[in-house]
Parts: sequence; structure tokens; C-alpha cells
Amino acid sequence: MKSVTRKATRHVNQNEGLIFEKSSAGKAAWKLPPLDVPEVDTQKLLGSSERKDLGNMPEVSEIEIIRHFTRLSTWNYAIDLGMYPLGSCTMKYNPRVNEVVSRLEGLANGHPYQPEKVSQGALRIIKTLSECLIEITGMDAITLQPAAGAHGELTGLLLVRAYHQSKGHPRKKILIPDSAHGTNPATAATVGYAVENLKSDARGMVDVAALAAQMNEDVAALMLTNPNTLGVFEQDIAKIADLMHAKGGLLYMDGANMNALVGKVRPGDFGVDLMHLNLHKTFSTPHGGGGPGSGPVAVKKILEPFLPKPVLITKADGTLGFEYDRPQSVGRVRAFYGNFGMFIRALAYTLANGPDGLRQTTEDAVLNANYIRKGLEGAYDLPYSTPSMHEVVFSDKLQGKKGVHTMDIAKRLIDYGFHPYTTAFPLIVPGALMIEPTESESTEEMDLFIEAMRSIAQEVEEDPEMVLAAPHTTRVSRLDEVAAARKPVLRWKPS
Amino acid sequence: MRYLPKSPADREAILKAIGARSIDDLFAPIPAEYRLNRDLKVPRQMAESELVDWFRERSRENGDGYATFLGAGAYYHYRPVIIDSLISRGEFLTAYTPYQAEISQGTLQSIFEFQSMICELTGMEVANASMYDGSTAAAEAVMMAVRLTGRRSVVVARSLHPEYREVLATYAFHQGMPVATAGFSDTGRLDLKELEKSVDQNTACVLIQSPNFFGTIEDVDAVAEIAHKNGAMLVVSIAEAVSLGIVEPPRQADIIAMEAQSFGVPLGFGGPYCGVIATREKYVRQMPGRLVGQTTDRNGKRGFVLTLATREQHIRREKATSNICTNQALVALMANIFMTIYGRVGLRELAKQNLAKAAYAAQQFGKHAKVLFSGSPRFNEFVVQTSEDPYAINGRLLGHKIVGGLPLKKFYPELGNAALWCCTEMTTRTIIDTAVGLVAESERSVKSAKEADVEEVAR
Repeated sequence: MKSVTRKATRHVNQNEGLIFEKSSAGKAAWKLPPLDVPEVDTQKLLGSSERKDLGNMPEVSEIEIIRHFTRLSTWNYAIDLGMYPLGSCTMKYNPRVNEVVSRLEGLANGHPYQPEKVSQGALRIIKTLSECLIEITGMDAITLQPAAGAHGELTGLLLVRAYHQSKGHPRKKILIPDSAHGTNPATAATVGYAVENLKSDARGMVDVAALAAQMNEDVAALMLTNPNTLGVFEQDIAKIADLMHAKGGLLYMDGANMNALVGKVRPGDFGVDLMHLNLHKTFSTPHGGGGPGSGPVAVKKILEPFLPKPVLITKADGTLGFEYDRPQSVGRVRAFYGNFGMFIRALAYTLANGPDGLRQTTEDAVLNANYIRKGLEGAYDLPYSTPSMHEVVFSDKLQGKKGVHTMDIAKRLIDYGFHPYTTAFPLIVPGALMIEPTESESTEEMDLFIEAMRSIAQEVEEDPEMVLAAPHTTRVSRLDEVAAARKPVLRWKPS
Repeated sequence: MRYLPKSPADREAILKAIGARSIDDLFAPIPAEYRLNRDLKVPRQMAESELVDWFRERSRENGDGYATFLGAGAYYHYRPVIIDSLISRGEFLTAYTPYQAEISQGTLQSIFEFQSMICELTGMEVANASMYDGSTAAAEAVMMAVRLTGRRSVVVARSLHPEYREVLATYAFHQGMPVATAGFSDTGRLDLKELEKSVDQNTACVLIQSPNFFGTIEDVDAVAEIAHKNGAMLVVSIAEAVSLGIVEPPRQADIIAMEAQSFGVPLGFGGPYCGVIATREKYVRQMPGRLVGQTTDRNGKRGFVLTLATREQHIRREKATSNICTNQALVALMANIFMTIYGRVGLRELAKQNLAKAAYAAQQFGKHAKVLFSGSPRFNEFVVQTSEDPYAINGRLLGHKIVGGLPLKKFYPELGNAALWCCTEMTTRTIIDTAVGLVAESERSVKSAKEADVEEVAR
């Protein structure tokens, strides 16, 4: 085995069982203050609704909990440890000041139903963030209610439907490029639309001729990710928008890749009618192991009447408040007002950057992706030579000849101290390696990554079996996913 | 910009390495007429200290230091400090969805423990890794029941959180699912006679909340019987998770859709919270959302992976059980740590304190105003009907830095001057007595005004 592991080195980590395995009766990590009201007879109050036993819930002490979760945490890779180049996931630095300001007492303990008079701080945050996002996207109005990107898509398509319905007919289909993320077709189905695939051309872009042929009065909207999942800017965007609009359709933009555009170009300016943003991608809110996210939807004027309610307004006396009387609204998509804690973080990020910082961030993100592309060209197959924006997609074509595929290369990359790139997506590239470094990587970190990837390419030539057995340095080796799905064990039970 | 790890020289060097003359070359694919040749009109770059000051100011404008009697789907419970110490570890905070299991075992094992504890508490056999919140979890649970039964319509209790009902209406409308509502009786519980009439052979499920929006515990057995004898499923929404410490879980339910915010998640003006769906094992393949399962590695060592992904959008695209992708993992971790801290005994004691505080408060309010639905068992919320508009009473309470109960006129006009009050372990007797005092004063002044009117007329 060739050893060029410069970034990572083996380190001791602690074994740790399940919390239930540490439990024993009588241990406790809690203490309640003495009750200042009379004790109650629970049997009398609850009758047959009283619960007598909490089953196998654990009983452990505080230090055990600290060690348990700290040990578990050390088994995770994280942005804080290094480059996390998952394509289309935008794993950028999550600023710590965001965490501090979101925990300020009045914001963290604000109840969603407290009177507007004592909610002006929260409402001001919602308003300021809304204004920033409207300016960044070049749109006219926004809702922050959706809880994540896919939820934003759902909201967006509800708006599309309501818009067409208001013209007399909701239409039947949504066009979705074959390079799209899986949530796009899943969302269209949820809203009751049929999905029609749109094929990409040789450049990896929307095939404009195909679009022209497929576009008709049955199509409600085109869901387009721009830059698309190949990291390619849709250069015919103006034509695409015109084709949609000419037949009364709408152009929906999936803003997952907005990190390539902020401060450089605005979707509202190039014909997009509505779009969602992922605050947990472009606007630095932490992914937290899979959420929470936040998926605001920004729209053009024509769609504003349909936005989910309530809508934030400035009242006659200058204070902020919510308006619930929205007769054309699609309704609510979530209780309360959305993932407010994420709004705070996204706004803190925007304010920390300012216009110059946001632009520089975008430029660095694109610069980094192109540096990675240059560094890996030759070692890996580049299926589309179209210029890259914020991410680059290679394929495992060269390595496939030795029986090594993108997932194997990804697993080997772990041994070099990196989180893998996105594997096997987009679907239009067989064996895809989708790499998005974001702006948060220094040249040094990227050089280590390039060196690791080149080294793996060499290992594939010299010792493919070793790569196929990777990772070699992790706590657990490759896990049996087939067995996990065939006979699911989804919870602990006492033996 | 302080987050960017590059010097101007680094940028120059990269441009040179990739053979670009300037950064503009890289943006050439964007048609020139659309490129933004000006600064974005957003506030200028702020120093960290300015940023903290700005948000501190917003925090002060946001009810900082007020005691609250608000619940209604968002509950103010104490959050043990180690929750934030642990979730602030970068390895949890800044990790992605655990698709690469070998370097995500921390997240995966903790989700497995979360699923296990939710099962213990709800009496269900499987639970998912989280949903956005209680409202969307309820809507997704209903759609799950529709898939499982092959039936299209839904009967919803009017005692379900009004905003949850609104969310369901949004989801159901576009699925072409008819939604009927069954009212509540003067016990504050679902009107079973009305339910009997609403459920038929087309009903996929009955959706109720328990404890319901008024804090009243539903007669789940009776509701289950009506649903099941018609071949419909029972979906139970639980908005106040702490109730599970002392209230028998709805074991007769087929699906439980809960909100775990009460388990150590800050109120945060409404989110992020943590929805969860729990159900029977036989229904798992129609369950939406991520699931973690136990398995072994090549050496037979125990490990955890995301499993049953064939239900999900990234595999099934338009045929997926749901379009959900990102969930609420970090919030679920908060709930997980909270459940671990309180555990088998603590959670019951905590729930008991909530019960005692609410019982005391309801009794005190009852001396001066009308407490509705008092014949039924309740957890930590209750409805008080006053002579005066609760908004007016709340206005005076604010002067004492107290946020009063939620006026219900907007959601339930038939209840008149009613408000929903909530007491948790955080509500002190002093605050309860102050609030009761102000309500008593209001009742007295309304009464004496009435008497004055009567005298006026008599004269």
C-alpha cells in the first residue's frame, strides 16, 4: 500500500456502546426544583390515562452523557475538520457568531404567539433578511416559511398551481431536466403534477430544441437548477425563459447552487419567475448531520398574492406585524413562521459579508472549483468540457476499466482524511464524481485533496483490490447495507 | 472578508494556474447583459462586535425577560446546559447527512438511539429520524395512511392544532383528498357521535391530537374503535412531548405524528422544531423520511447506516413516499440528549410538575373565571373564559412582564372570550398568582360595571 496520507493520521478513538447499555436504575442526570404548588394525585387527575412506566428509557449520570456524545462526535467527519467537497451540498464554513446570536435570550426564548408588540425584534430580523434575499435574487417578494429546500420546492409548485388556477386551468405537467436532483420530480408528484423529463444536450445544458418541442399549454413550469448539477451555467437561459413565457409557463429555479451566483448575477434579471434558496447551503447555516434547513421561496410580483400566509407587513404605525387575510394564498405549509433560528444565522452571515464579501465569496467558490478541475484533469475523465462554475463533475470511466467505481474512490478518499465528494449523481453522468469545494478552502487544503485524488488514481492502476477494500483507517469498514434493508433493525431492544 | 482563507496573492496564483487572465473569465458563461455590475444593496460588511450588538438590540425588542403562559404547540421548558455544549461540537454541528456511514457513525448511532427512545415513549415499533415539525409530520402521516389504505378521505378533529389543520388542508387540497372535520363536545374532547357520522368506507384515517389543542386528553380507545371498525387508520398527533412522561401514549394508534420541541428545543419564535413519525413495523415501507438501521461491517462489528432508502426521493424520484430530503437532525439530537438526561424516572417527574402547576393554576383561575372542559383529564394547558376580552387582559399583564394565555377567538369564535393557558415547570407560583390576580380584577370590574348599568336602568 502506498502511503501518501499527508492530511490524516491514525488516532485513537474511544469505543462506546449504546446509551441503553450504560443505564442502571437509580442513576440520574436531572434535578428538579422543589414544587412551589401543592402536590397532585396523578391517579385522580388522569384516571386511566395515567402512564405508570416509561419502559426502557435510560438512567445515566451527566458525565456519562457528556462522554457518550463526545465519543460519538469523534466518529464523525465535519467541515470543522477539513474539506467536505460534496457536490451541490455547499459545505462551507458555518460561522460561530451565527450560533452565538441565535442563542440570545430574547430570540431563543421568543414564543411564536407572543404579542406583536413584544416581537418586533424577531419581525425586524425576518424583514431585514427578506429584503436582503429579495435583492440578492432580483425578485419582488419572498416567503421564509418553508422548512428546507424540498419544502421550498413544494411551496413553489403550489404557487405555480395557484397562479395557473387563477388563469382558469392549473395545467398538467412540470418539465424537469434529466440532470435534476431527485426532490424535483418527487415534489412535482406531491403537488399532483405529472413529470416530463427534459434531456440535456452535449454541453450538459438544457436542449433548447427539445424544450421548444415539449413546451405547450399543458406545461405549468420548468424546474431548472442553475448552475445545473454539472456546475454549468445554462447559457441559453434567456431563450429558455422566453420559450416558457411564450406559452404561458413559468420558470422555476432550484437555487441549490446559488453559491455560484450571489453578487454576480440575479435570477430575477434573467427571467426566473420563482425560486427557492437553501439557507443551509448558500447562507452558511449548519447542516447539523442532516438538518435543520430552511428553504425560502422568492417570487416575481405576479405570484405574490399566492404566497403562504401569514405575510409580514409594516403597519400604519410603522411597527411590523403579520397579515393573515390573504384570500388568494396557497395556505400554510408549516405551523408558525418557518425555521426562524436559521433566519438569524443566514442574516448574520449576510451582514458579516456585506456586498463586497458576498461577491468575493462567490468568486472564490468558482475559483476553487476551477482549481480542482485543473488539478484533476487527466487523472479522471471529464465528461463535459463546458466551463465549470462552483462545482465540477468527473466520471470513473478511466478507473472503471480496473473495476473501481466512484463509490470505491470515495471510500479510499476517506483514508486520506477527506470527506468524499457526491457519488453517482447527477444521473446523466454514469459513475459521477461531483466535487464542490466552496470558498472555504485554502490553496493548501485543495492541494492536499488534489494530491490525494491523483494518488488514488495511481493506486487504482497499481493495486485496485486495495482501493476496493477501502476505507482501511475508519472505526468500521464498509457496512452491510443490503442486510440492513433486508432485515431492518431500527431500534434497540433489551436482549 | 474574514471567512475566506485566501490572500490576494493566492487568488492571483490560482488564476495563473488555471490559465485565466482575471476572475471575469470564469464568469464569462453568464451572458454579459445579465451580469451584475454594481454592489448588491445589502448592508455593508459588519465587524463581529457590531453584529452581536445588532442582534442584541433585536433580542431586547423581543420580549426578553417576560414570563409566559403561552403553549399551543410551542412549549417553554428548561433546557439543560449540556444540550448546547454537546450539539455545539463541530463534529455534530458541521457534518452533512450521514450518507458516508464509515465517517458518520456518531450521527448515525445517535439517530438510532433517538428512534429507539421515541419508540419507547410512544409505544410504537418504529420511528423515523425526524420530519420538519409536528404540523408537516401530521400531514405526511395522513398521506401515509392514504397510501396504506388505498382510501382518499380524512376526518380531522377540530380539537387538532388549528395551524396543523391549515397545513393539512394545503397538502390535502392538491392531492385531491377530501377533509372532513369532526367537532368537540362540551367535554373539550372530540365529539364521538359526530365522528361516527363522519367516518365511512372512504375514510383513510382519523386524525386527532392528544393532549389536544385545549390540553384535554382524548379518549383514544373510543376514537380508535370507531376508526378501526370502519377500516380506517388512527393517526394521533402529539404536540406536547413532555406529556408522554405521565400520560399513557396512544398505543391504539396506527401512526403517531409528534412534535418533539418540548424535549430541549428552544422556542425560537417557532422553529426549527422537530417532527417525528412513529408507526408499526408492518407499515415502515410507506413511512416518509430518513431511517437509521443497525448492521455489521466486514469484520462483524456493529455499525449503523441509513436504510430503506428505496422509499426516498433520491432513489425513487417521482415515486417516492415523500419529497422530504433535509430533516431536522441537529434538533433531533437536542431531543435525544434531553430524553437521555431525564430518562425513565426524570421524564415522569418533570411531567408531574407540569401537571401540578397547571392543576394549581386552573384551580386558582376557576375561583374567578370559568375554566372550560374541567370534567376531562388534561395535561398542562387549560381554557379560561373571561367576561372581558382576553386581549385587553393580556395588555395589562404585559405591564407586569407577563405574556398571558393565547386568545382563542381567532380559531374558535364559538368559545367567546376564551384563552388557552399553559403552565410548565418554568411557571412559578408567584407568576400564576399575579396573573390570577389580574384576571380576578378584570372580572370584578366587569361585574361592577354591569351592576352600575343595571342601577342606571333601574333609575
